[in-house]
Amino acid sequence: MSSARQPNDSALFEYLLRLGDDRLILGHRLSEWCGHGPVLEEDIALANVALDLVGQAANFLRLAGTVEGKGRDEDTLAYFRDAIEYRNAKLVELPNGDYGRTIVRQFLFDAWSVLLLERLQRSSHVELAGIAAKAYKEARYHVRHSGEWLLRLGDGTEESHRRAQTALDELWPYTGELLMADEIDKQLAGTILPASAELASAWRDAVGDVIRRATLTQPADGHMHSGGRQGRHTEHLGHALDEMQILARSHPGAKW
Amino acid sequence: MERSGAGAEQTGNGAEGPLWEVFTQPSDGSPFEHAGSVHAPDAELALQNARDVYARRGEAVNLWVVPSDAIVASSPGDRGPFFDPADDKPYRHPQFYKVPRGIRM
Repeated sequence: MSSARQPNDSALFEYLLRLGDDRLILGHRLSEWCGHGPVLEEDIALANVALDLVGQAANFLRLAGTVEGKGRDEDTLAYFRDAIEYRNAKLVELPNGDYGRTIVRQFLFDAWSVLLLERLQRSSHVELAGIAAKAYKEARYHVRHSGEWLLRLGDGTEESHRRAQTALDELWPYTGELLMADEIDKQLAGTILPASAELASAWRDAVGDVIRRATLTQPADGHMHSGGRQGRHTEHLGHALDEMQILARSHPGAKW
Repeated sequence: MERSGAGAEQTGNGAEGPLWEVFTQPSDGSPFEHAGSVHAPDAELALQNARDVYARRGEAVNLWVVPSDAIVASSPGDRGPFFDPADDKPYRHPQFYKVPRGIRM
């Protein structure tokens, strides 16, 4: 990092929080499946993905702390911010629901994450590009895992099809927030970030293809939920943070 | 993976799907070793499950998965006729023979 603060630093800090918080919260949600997976193999698979996501979050948040320059490390950012300071999209904070819903949410996120990370590898910001390159390899596996499962749930039994379609209908209105570009994105687009319009259309192609092959129906783009990127979250995030943060807050500086 | 009506193939195999034997190759060129088994409804998921259960800590560079019922195994009753006769034939090992002087090892 250069020691002089760049004009883009506050936008970059915000953007790194988004990258980190999406993965931290989704990783936490997936970790709730540990010991409850539908079969042993899938239990391990979900825990693996959860660990990957938390690891990615740690890298993005560490860089966020460096860019901010106020001495906050990844643990401080993870454990000592309240819901209103979190910048994750609402999609990832929603409760897991059944396994079908967890997989639908995971696929919608993974399909976006893999495309974003692929492009972030070419970011002009060297550290960001490096973290993205490492995470990209993991994300390629994640989307393969959730995509293959979505195919099987959609094109499986009547029951699995019905549950996958219900989850898709309920979660679709939360996907707009992933694709939407606001002021932060616009300030960074072109050099540090990829162009968001191209990313959104690549996501639509990738997701549409799997939905079709899974014999599911792609919901229409109606009202899209937003606000997570600005710290306006659903009530679910607060409960998730309570559980995630209680140990660190009850015993500040504890090592284990 | 080619797939068609993935759900239909599972009938009779229980909710977890049939059993697959997993073989891992620890490094390029080394032989595949039996690592264990996984349940999975089809080949692609068997490969993914094998990766998650047996190769997530960097144990392998390649994987094989084989339907367990495709394995043909010797039975305990075969032990006598199959393996015992080898016990008293040490000359089948190269170490049994003295290497003549002057041959480089």
